Formats: sequence, structure tokens, C-alpha cells
Amino acid sequence: MKILTQWLREYVPGISVSDKELADDLTLRGIAVEGVFDLGSHGSLFDMDITTNRVDAMNHYGIAREAATIYGLQLQPLETALPAGRPGHIYPVSIEEPALCGRFTARVLRGVTIQPSSGGVAERFRLLEQKLISNAVDATNYVTLAMGHPTHAFDLDRLEGGIILRRARKGEKLRTLDGIERTLDTEDLVVADERQALALAGVMGGWDSRVTEETKNILVEAAWFDPVSIRRSSKRHLIHTDASHRFERGADFNALPVASALVSRLILQAGGHQEGEMVDVVIPEAAARTAHRSSIAFSVGEARRILGATEDPAGITAGAAETILTGLGCTLQKQVQSDEAYQVTLPSWRLDLAGEIDLIEEIARVYGYNRFRNTLPAFAGGVVELPWAAREAVLRRTLLALGLSEAVSSTFVAAGDAAAFAPQPGSFVPLGNPLSEEAGVLRPSLAPGMLTMLTLNLNRDVENAALFEIGTVFGGSTDRVEERPALAFGITGSTGAHGPHQPAQPVSFYDLKGVVEELLAKFASKLVYFDRFPGESGLMPAWLHPGRSARAVVDGATMGYFGELHPDEARRRKLKQTIFVGEIYLDRLYRQGLRHPMARELSRFQPVRRDFSFIFPESVPYARIEHAIAALGIPELRSFAPREVLRDPQGKLVPVGHYSLLLGAVLQSAEGTMREEQLQETAQRIMTALHAAGGSLRG
Amino acid sequence: MSQEAIPQLAAYNDAALDAAFAALSQELDASAQSLTSAEAVESFRLHWLGRKQGRLKAISEAWLKSAPVEAKKQIGQRFNQLKAEIEQRLESASTGTGSGALDAEAIDITLPGTRRALGAEHPLIKTMHEMVAVFQRMGYSVGVGPEVETDYYNFESLNFPPGHPARDTQDTLVVANQERKPLRDRLLMRTHTSPVQIRTMEQQPPPVRIVIPGKVHRNDAADATHSPIFHQIEGLCVDTNITFSDLKGTLDHAMKEFFGSNVKTRFFPSFFPFTEPSADVQISCPFCGGKGCRKCKHSGWIELLGCGMVNPAVFGFVQQKQPAYDPKKISGFAFGMGVDRIAMMKYGVSDIGQFYSGDTRFLEQFA
Repeated sequence: MKILTQWLREYVPGISVSDKELADDLTLRGIAVEGVFDLGSHGSLFDMDITTNRVDAMNHYGIAREAATIYGLQLQPLETALPAGRPGHIYPVSIEEPALCGRFTARVLRGVTIQPSSGGVAERFRLLEQKLISNAVDATNYVTLAMGHPTHAFDLDRLEGGIILRRARKGEKLRTLDGIERTLDTEDLVVADERQALALAGVMGGWDSRVTEETKNILVEAAWFDPVSIRRSSKRHLIHTDASHRFERGADFNALPVASALVSRLILQAGGHQEGEMVDVVIPEAAARTAHRSSIAFSVGEARRILGATEDPAGITAGAAETILTGLGCTLQKQVQSDEAYQVTLPSWRLDLAGEIDLIEEIARVYGYNRFRNTLPAFAGGVVELPWAAREAVLRRTLLALGLSEAVSSTFVAAGDAAAFAPQPGSFVPLGNPLSEEAGVLRPSLAPGMLTMLTLNLNRDVENAALFEIGTVFGGSTDRVEERPALAFGITGSTGAHGPHQPAQPVSFYDLKGVVEELLAKFASKLVYFDRFPGESGLMPAWLHPGRSARAVVDGATMGYFGELHPDEARRRKLKQTIFVGEIYLDRLYRQGLRHPMARELSRFQPVRRDFSFIFPESVPYARIEHAIAALGIPELRSFAPREVLRDPQGKLVPVGHYSLLLGAVLQSAEGTMREEQLQETAQRIMTALHAAGGSLRG
Repeated sequence: MSQEAIPQLAAYNDAALDAAFAALSQELDASAQSLTSAEAVESFRLHWLGRKQGRLKAISEAWLKSAPVEAKKQIGQRFNQLKAEIEQRLESASTGTGSGALDAEAIDITLPGTRRALGAEHPLIKTMHEMVAVFQRMGYSVGVGPEVETDYYNFESLNFPPGHPARDTQDTLVVANQERKPLRDRLLMRTHTSPVQIRTMEQQPPPVRIVIPGKVHRNDAADATHSPIFHQIEGLCVDTNITFSDLKGTLDHAMKEFFGSNVKTRFFPSFFPFTEPSADVQISCPFCGGKGCRKCKHSGWIELLGCGMVNPAVFGFVQQKQPAYDPKKISGFAFGMGVDRIAMMKYGVSDIGQFYSGDTRFLEQFA
């Protein structure tokens, strides 16, 4: 909003500070001046940002009142005197919707001359870069800028009968001032005559009854409309006008006669006269809600309780509170029983003031926020972490250490992705007003977002990427949305150590599995295993390669899925490079406690290494071999791990349909150095078990 | 190495023995000069310690044989010392720490090292954790809440009445198919983290001190400074005798902790439906020290927080479930800040969208 300091100073002649200081003083009191522009001999132009609750300050007089309060100066009254009207009949006004229109005034001006504005109005419009239309229309706009109340001028000769405030009829048409014909809703309040709707009340006037160069007689409307009704009409018809902006924030019920008089004075400057007196229809219930609200109790002690210590040891005194509130238009009546308690009558233009706390805010604001001290409250109590904070921190630390970078992706996915990636079929939640079609559904999985991010990297010729995301996923329905924490990771390109000293290793399934294993190893669990199900079983996510993906199971619960992206999904996304992706259900993982490491006695005796080279048919997965050895329960077996896997499609080194496995065992006893025969016997047991598992010793 | 003559001992007193052994020690030094090959080491060993013709043996036999009984002990000790010296030379030569041997094994240490890159922390998450940690040190517990909220928690209980213009400032993304529900039950993407204030107070009587980090959403078109997804940190402190000056002191202290002790704060009246009095907080620009720079738009100040005293109307809503929040007996303050903007300033990020792109080139800068 633009404000002229010249105009402000006309209302508060005593302001002695410069425009720049005035701007700072207003800003510190919450009447924010965002920019000050020098207009030379015309003072300055303030670019202002008035908060939505302060509709009373969205005009020159309102800001002048603030300035008068700050500096303790007198605010000049507005000049509303009009020459006495010539006798005439009382113009009929009827409010049929008292809930929507609380007050309506009508003033008839006859014999007016419609011409371009001149003088002070024209000059101020020029300084404000406001469009000039005609003296009558400009008068209404000028008065809004001056004191904030919107008014409207009708061409009286276009009106028939009298003014009726009613709801629009079903399907009723109105051509508004912007030239658009609108179909009204029965919820819309209209200003009508006996024949038809003339204006969308409080939002925009009508085309047919507008003032034109031919207009001779005018009806000046100043009214008070229900804020919620205006807001609904404005939203319904997508018309946001200066008038609707003000009415929907609550106009000053008492300002109507003043606004009407100010507009009429301006129009009559070019000739004409008033006929009769201003017609004023008041709905008492609306007056009681606004202009005649009951007074509220206020005590300075309560202000001190809320506001605390000031730099000035005197603090908030009763005198200071009285001066501030009176300056803002309140009337204070001291309570008999206490010096510091009052009954306060609220000004009609401050509908935002309703309770004691509002008055306390006014006092703090005008007194100056920065005159309060910086104190720290005492506190006795513990700091409580989120129950999963430690688990999340361990996950994040582990993933970062493994070389994955943290990413944050969109909360929303396309409907197709939602359907394809929802862990439970059909369990996803669409938005009612999405930003775009690609962002129409709350993500049921972090996987599509991860794929989008990896795709972005590949499309920008970044070949190596390793990302993870910890975030919320959404399931359920539009009736009941379920939120769960999840973790996704995605790797593509080459991985691990890089430099000129070793060749880059392309990422494989086992890199991703290693990440999952490291993560799961941080949690306490009795049994962790990985399995997979054939493609046709439908038990694996459809977006994963059925032969190269796995389910992670911890203590009987599925923790998530990971593996190579399904080739169909890769094609759909035009991905040429292999991508490995996975998702962990953190709500489930967080049910496991973190593993608490315990030191064990380290053996003093020498460990002995034994290697076993076996050939197994492809039908024997490694897990079976691992189980077979574990089942032996050899206490001296410190570790047992595959060290090399070899396949030969030509069948030269290893028969086709088989693979060779080099297994390394470390044997170490806690009791003593193992003797040769003991080692022999243990090795024999291991070999027997390997044979039983389907293996044969490699020749 | 040629067989040298056995030196003669001048006398058996200490001075004469010292001189004789010093000469042998010099001879040892000289012969140990070129132990750069295995052959040289072996020949050195044979020369000094050889069982048959070793010089040490020859000399000790010659000297000890003619020595008087009382001097034998002195001579023996000195030979042991010399032998230890010889063995030490041999040992260092065979383990390859002789400077000559190791120089031959030199590598180009100017080639880049093999790097195992750590993952990069996300600048937003890092900023959020750092800010939360500041408040944890001040006694605040961490609170969180759902990202999909009801109209009641996101608006109504925070004193945004239905149909109120203040709702316009927070363009809301709504869940589909809510029209037939009562307004208060309709689901939407939370537009701020403030609903967690209400949820926390409903569950816990005063005193309350929580800091609430979280993701929020608005129906905003994306540009360099706007994103429909962003992050906020909210704080709430409720107790008896909590004042506006406590709010000022708390935020002043927190901003000094986060940005550095030189940072100053100043408070401007503002409007939020759920606080009263409400304030906007500016900090003196931590990047230029308040002199004026691009980051503070040459004003020396940066607007960073919204805050205020909890509106009694909000306590009124909470009292429906927790009667202890009697606005006549308790009071409190709340504050909130945008994490994205802070992270953008702190790390010199010019486009907010980069935070949500997953672009590795962007993220790896923060490793």
C-alpha cells in the first residue's frame, strides 16, 4: 500500500521528525514501511506492508492515528460538513438480509457535473500512480485512500423504486464494472433495485448503474457488510477488489456517515446539491457486534505478567498504558477498587481488539518491543529426545560413512507411480488440489522419488550416484491417512574407493546388500536373513528385478526390499544404466533396539586358518551351506566365510550348472592351542557337512 | 673387504682401552657405509662376526690372551658392547631401513590418494539438527507431529477461524474427497509445524519446552525462493511466569549460539493468529557484521523468525483436553523459523529447489 507523508502530516500537523524517522518509528510499532521514496517538494511516498489484522491502518487517516499516538500529538478531525440538503423525498432503502448487511446509508446528489478530477485529488492520484476516472468515481476511491471506508456512486436515474439488500436469485445475472457478465449464487448479497441486482455488495459495482459522463444525479452508498459473506462472494467469483479486501477484514461501522459526507463534498465541488437527508438504516444486532461492543476489563498488572521486564526500571506504568490506549481510540474507566484496573471501551474501527491480551499487545507495540529486557526463564526439567532419535542418528551416520549422500525428494508422486510402488495395493492418498499431475498423490513409497533423483543425475551426465533419503510415506485412504517413516537408498555407476591406483568397480547387487547388512548390524536382533520369491509369486515388489532382488527379514518381520531395478521400469524411465534401489520400513526397524556391543574375552591362543575348495550345483544357495556349518556348532570356529566364487560358462574350470566356492575358516580355541589331530577332526566335520549339503571337493 | 692387521694395545688402563675401542668403532662405521645390497651385508657380517676369520673374534682372542686377569673383565665388557653395535648395523641393514635401500623404493607421493568418499550431509538436515541442538542445550525436548493434519489442528485451534482472511496467507494443499466431512476434520498438508504445539499441550500439562523440526507444504508455485515443500523449526515454552522479555532473551541467546556471539536481535510487532503480542525478529547480518552485503540486501539486518506470546484463545482450545492451561495462571511463548532460508544463507545456495533435487553435484559440495 502506498502512503503520502504530505497527506499524513495534514492529519497530524505536529509531526516534527523527518519522513525517514517517521518510517522507522512506524515500522518499530508494527506499521511496516518497506520503502521510502523521495517526492521532492511533495514529501515522501511510503511503500507499506500492513498486517492482515490491521485493516484500520490501511489508509492515511489510520496511519496518521498511529503516528499521533506514537508522538503524543493531536489527530485532526475529518471535515465532513455539507451544505444543508434541499428538501426531497426519503429514498427508500430496505435491508432484507440483516445478517449480511448491518448498515446501509444512501445520499442523493442532484444536478452534478461529471468531469475529470482536478486540484488536490488529481495531484495525489498522480503521486500515488492511481488511475483517474472521473470526479465522482475518483471521489469514492480518494475517500477510501483517505480514511479506508469503501463507498459506491450509482447513477440515480438508472435505479428504479428503491434500494433493496437481498440475496441474489438463482441464476440471476449481473454485469459487473469490469464488463463481465456473472451468474450469481443465492449465497451472494446484492444491492438491488426493484427490478434487478445493481451490484455485488461489497465486492464490485454493476455496469448498468455506473456513473458515466451523462450522469446528472447520483446515489452515494456507504454500507457495512458481513465480512464472511463478502469473503465468500469474492472467492466464489474470483474477484478480489480493494473494497472486498477491506470489508472482509471488518470495516468501521461508525465510519459510514463520515465516508458518505466526504465523498459527497468532493462530488459537489463540481456543482450540484444534496436532496433530502442521508438515509441511514441500522441493524441493531450488527451495531452491538461492532460499534457498541461491551467494554472489557484490563489491568496493568496483567500486562506486566505477560510482558515482563523493561530496560527502564519504571516499566509499564498505569499512566503509559492510559496514554497509549486513549491515543488509539479507547475510552478508559478506572475501577474503584484498584488504581490499575480499568473497563475499556473499544473503538469501532478496531474489530481486531476483543480481549485484554489485545490491549496488552497494543501497549507493548506502542511502548516499543526493543525497550523490553532480554531475560531467560528458569527451568527445572529434563530434555526428552524422540524415542527413535538415536536409531535415526545411527542410520544416518552409517549411511554417510558408507558413502551415500542424503537427499530430500518431493512428498508427492504421479498417480501411476503411486499405484506401482504402494507397498499395499491401492493404499495411497490423492490430493484434492495438486500442484501438477506429476505431484498428484502423497508418496506411498520413497522409491519413486529416489528413482526420479537418480534419473536426474544420469540425465545430467553424472554417472555415479549413491543417495539415501529418510522421510515420511503415506498410506491408507482419504478418510484415514497413515504416516510411516521410511528409508530409501539408490546406487548407480561405480562405487567405493576411487583413484588411479585401482580400477573403478561397477556397482553390483552385493554393494547394496552390503549397505543393508551394515545397517541391520547396528540393531539388536536374533535372526537376520534375506530371501526372494519368483517373479510370478507376486510376493516381491513389481519394480524390482525378480531374480536380482531380496527381501530383508529381521526376527521374522519383513524390513524391506532391495535390488536391481526391474528392466521394464528402467525402460519406462528411459534408463540405460543399471540402478540398484531399495526401501526399508523404518517403523518396523525402529521396533528393534540398537545393538549394544559387549566385549568378549580375546583368546591368547594362535588362530589357525583352513581353506576348503568345493563345487556346488547352482540349486544350492550359499545360505544352505552357511546353515549346515552353523548347525555343527563348533565352538572353535571363529569365522567361516566364502572367499571366492567362480563360475565358468564354458565349463572348463567348473562344470556348467555348478559353481566353485573357496571357503575360509578360522579356528581358535579359548582354552589352548589346537592340536593337529583336533584340527584334522574339525576340518573333517566341516567337509562332511559340505558334502552333505551337496558339495564335492574341487579336484 | 681385506683382512686388516690386528691393532696392538698400548696399555690395559681405561684410557688406553677407550682409545683402542674408539678406533675399532670408527673402523666399524667406515665398513658399514655401503650396506645397500644383500651381498654387502653378508660380507660385512663375515668380516666382523665370521666364526673362523671374523675380526671381532681375532682381536678379542689376541687382546684377552695377553691381558692381566684384573683387566679381562673390562675388555670383555667393551667387546660385548662392540658386538651389539655390529648386530644393530646388521639388523637395520637387513630390515631395509638403511637410507640408501629405502630411497630406491621411493614412490610418487604427489599422485592423488585413493579416496573412499564419505556421503554428504544434506545442508537442510544439517542446519535443522544444529538449530535443534541449540534449543536442546537450552532445555527444550524435541517434538514431532503428522505431515497430514486436520483443519482443526492446522488452523482452528491456532485461532484461524473458518473463513478468516489469515488463512489466505497459507495456501493449503488439501487431501482429496474431504468435502463431506465437517470442516474441522478435513485433512490437509500441514502449512506449518505449529499444530504440534497444540498436540503436545493436549498430551502434557505445563511446563512445556519443545522444539519442533519438520517438513511443511504450501500450494506455492516454485521459484528460486519458494518451494511447495519446505522445513520449519517451531518452539514452544509454557509455564507460570513466562514473559515477553523471556521470549526476547531466549531468541537472542539462541541466535547468538547459532550465528555467533556478535549477532544482535531486534523485534518488530507483527501478526499471527496464534500469538499475541506477535513479533518478527531480525538479526544483525552475521555475514557482513551489519555493514551491509548482498545477503542482507545491504540493510545490515536479516528477518529470520516469527514469534509471540501464546494467544489465550489457543490455550482455550487446549483446555478442552488439558484444563491446566488456564491463561490466567500460565503463559508461554512460541516461535518459528524457516530452515530452508537459513540454510540458503549459510551455504550460499541461490535456488531453494536444489535442496529437493537430489542432484549429486550439488549435494557432494557439502561432504
